[in-house]
Order: sequence, then C-alpha cells, then structure tokens
Amino acid sequence: MVGVRLLAGTRKGAFILSSNEGRQRWDVAGPFFPGWEIYHVNGSPVNPDRLYASQSSGWFGQHLQRSDDGGQTWKPVGNEFVYDGIPGTHQWFDGTRRPWEFKRVWHLEPSLTDMDEVYAGVEDAALFKSTDGGLTWRELSGLRVSDTGPQWQPGAGGMCLHTIMLDPNNQGQILVAISAAGVFRSNDHGSSWKPINRGLVSNYIPDPTAEVGHCVHKLAMHKSRPEVLFMQKHWDVMRSDDSGDSWYEISGNLPTDFGFAIDVHAHEPDTVYVIPIKSDAEHFVDGKLQVFRSRSGGNEWESLNKGLPQQNCYVNILRDAMAVDSLDSCGIYFGTSGGQVYASRDSGDSWEAIVHDLPPVLSVEVQTLA
Amino acid sequence: MIRVRLPDHLCTLAGADREVVIAVDGKPTLKAVLDALEMRFPALKGALRDPFTAQRRPFVRFFACGEDLSHKSNDLALPMAVINGNEPFLVIAAIAGG
Repeated sequence: MVGVRLLAGTRKGAFILSSNEGRQRWDVAGPFFPGWEIYHVNGSPVNPDRLYASQSSGWFGQHLQRSDDGGQTWKPVGNEFVYDGIPGTHQWFDGTRRPWEFKRVWHLEPSLTDMDEVYAGVEDAALFKSTDGGLTWRELSGLRVSDTGPQWQPGAGGMCLHTIMLDPNNQGQILVAISAAGVFRSNDHGSSWKPINRGLVSNYIPDPTAEVGHCVHKLAMHKSRPEVLFMQKHWDVMRSDDSGDSWYEISGNLPTDFGFAIDVHAHEPDTVYVIPIKSDAEHFVDGKLQVFRSRSGGNEWESLNKGLPQQNCYVNILRDAMAVDSLDSCGIYFGTSGGQVYASRDSGDSWEAIVHDLPPVLSVEVQTLA
Repeated sequence: MIRVRLPDHLCTLAGADREVVIAVDGKPTLKAVLDALEMRFPALKGALRDPFTAQRRPFVRFFACGEDLSHKSNDLALPMAVINGNEPFLVIAAIAGG
C-alpha cells in the first residue's frame, strides 16, 4: 500500500500516525514507551520496517529500542555509549572546564545502504555508530578529539549533536551539527573532521565569526543536490552552495530569522520551509502559527497559514519536529510543543491538524511507503 | 527467591509485572539482587545503576522492610524477611512533577 507513516517522539512516549496516499484519515498508534521521553524515532531507508527509537528518562537513563515490523513490536538494544579513550574536557558556560559526560541520544540516523548501520548523535556532543542494528556502539572520536573539541560549549538545551546528514552521492561524506559548536564535515566515513562555519556570524559570542561556537539549530538538504545546504541558526537562515565550505544569509523578508526547524521540499530543491519564532526568549510570533516557504532557495519568503491558528497560539516547533514525505504532492508535517501534529498535503498551501492533544512533540520523521 | 517490586517505568521497559520473583545465587546482598535482576531482565541494565561505574542512579532508591538501603554497602545481606520472601525488595523512583 502506498502511504505515509509519521514517527513522532514526544515528552511522554512515541506515536505512529499512518495514512494512505490520500492522507485524509490517519490511524494513531501509541503511546509506545509511555511515560518516557522519546527524543527521536527514525526508520531505515533500506528497510522501512526497521525503526530505531531513543528512549530516555532523568530517572532511568538512556535506552535504545528497535523494531523490525514498522513499530508494532519493539525490543531493547544496546545503551552503552562510551567515549573513546580518556574523554577530556570541554568549555562550560562560566569559562571553567567540564569533563565530557554522556547524557542522552538526541538523533538517530540510519544508513542509506545498510539497515544494521545507524548513527547516533549524543549529548555531550559526540557521534556514535552501530553496525549491528544498535546492539553495540562505537564512537567516531575523530570529531570530538579534533583541534576545536575543547572549545565547544553547551547551548541552553545542552551540548548536543542533533543533526547527522549522510551524502547520498558520496558514502564517505558525513555532516553533523552541534549546539553550540557549529557544523563539521568528514569526507572519510567519520574518521577525520573539520569545522565548516565560514560565513556564519553569531553576535552572541566573543568573536562573531569564530571557527566554532555557533549555535546551529538544524540543517537540511535535497538528496538530488547534497552540496546545497540550508541552515536554521540560533539567529539567521543560511545557505551553502559548496557542501558547507562557505555560508551566506538567506533570511530575506522573514519576519524574524530565529527558529529551530528547517526542511526542503521533496521534489523542488529550491523550495525551503522554516517556522520562525520571535526570539530565543519568545518562542512564538504574535500568537500566530505560520510556516514560511521560499521557492527561490531563500531570501524571498511567503507566509503559509491556511488552516493554522492565527490567534492565541503560542506553541513552539523543535529542531527535529518537521519532515516531508515524497509522494507526488509533497506532504509537509510538523509537531508542536502543544501536542499538535500539523500536515499539509499540498506543499504547505493548506494545513490541518492530524492530532491535537499529544504530549509535547520533540521530533517528527516521515516514511513514504511504496 | 526474592520478590522485587518495580516502578511503572521499569515495568514497561522490561516488559515485566509490577512484582517479579528472582533467584539469587550465593549470599543475597544488594549487589547480588541487582545483578540477578539485570540478568533476568537485560533491558534494565543501565536503568538502576550506571552501566560502567555500577553507581546507583541519583533518582533511584532501594527500600526493604521500611528501611532505606540506598546508601548501605552493596555487599550487605538483605533483611531476612526479604530473603525468605515475606517482604518485597522495593525499587523506588524519586517523586517529581507538580
């Protein structure tokens, strides 16, 4: 059956929302792992029934779950994330040094070619890889022990590696983003890394154009053109046309260029979506929920609000909570801190809520099922 | 056989009932009970204790017979009422919320 499956991680469990190609009616399954924080659920592009979920709790630590039947059943897999060697220290808010300490898994990125390979972005920032379906994990420590590692410091949400992008045309290339360090690229399967933050300007750090220290919130790309990257930064929406070697601002006529989520249309590489919010303190805009779309690769943005609340709405959309399907008429989805998951079947022209009352949504991924 | 009572979160994690019964080889110390519990329910590994240091997680406590055993030696034998199954060994999660 052609259709879509949304994988929603929330503050109190995971939910799976399924529909056929029409995307008019949705089945809601869950909560899975009720009461647990589910930072992220993601599926393998190789086998969409292979899912991975990050399950954590302030009481009981980090756990990983795997499903081999599209989320109907789950089993715990490995949760031992050990930094390679002596972890060393990183910068803390007050200028002191803090030892690297594992806290949780923010993001899971399954391999494009092997369903048993999966990457995990963790707090304190590091990249781990499993090649056995999540049973065991090994740090790709070239990232953390690179020259700049000791300079990294947490953002308000923690020092998290939240974005992992695998280049579909070049299996050796991996990009990651870390708050508040910036973007890093490896061209050798994760062995060695370099910061790629030239062009970013962050006026909240002592040197606004420093090599690292930028609070990058999320990256997005179109798989047909992986050298073109889009970024929602702590402030500024940015673009790179050279795989991150240099960045330039494309905020253009956005009402505010603060935000968390960013994504790209499945069939139009220059169509980009952001959900701006007023500032780091006010995670809303005048009580209105608006998605902004650029069909020119940035700078020229239009408000999309048909079907979205336009008064008394003060929800936020987190960095991993927007995703797109790849059906002919591209679907756009996002989850909110108020527990709604909104869907558009027409590239963002109109919206409706699939569900209204989930726990706060931390992440949304979409699987397009053939 | 030792009766162990788990908080809700750990029941869902382990796929276990609220109260489970476990066999402990040798002297039934706090450490031996936790080792046996993790052996029986591998999903609990890392949930009660740090998987590397074996330190109790800060928001987890162990009680038995009205006594907080959380700060006792891991090698101390559990109370006889727990060992003979008259009283459960309680895993307690810190109360939070509001």
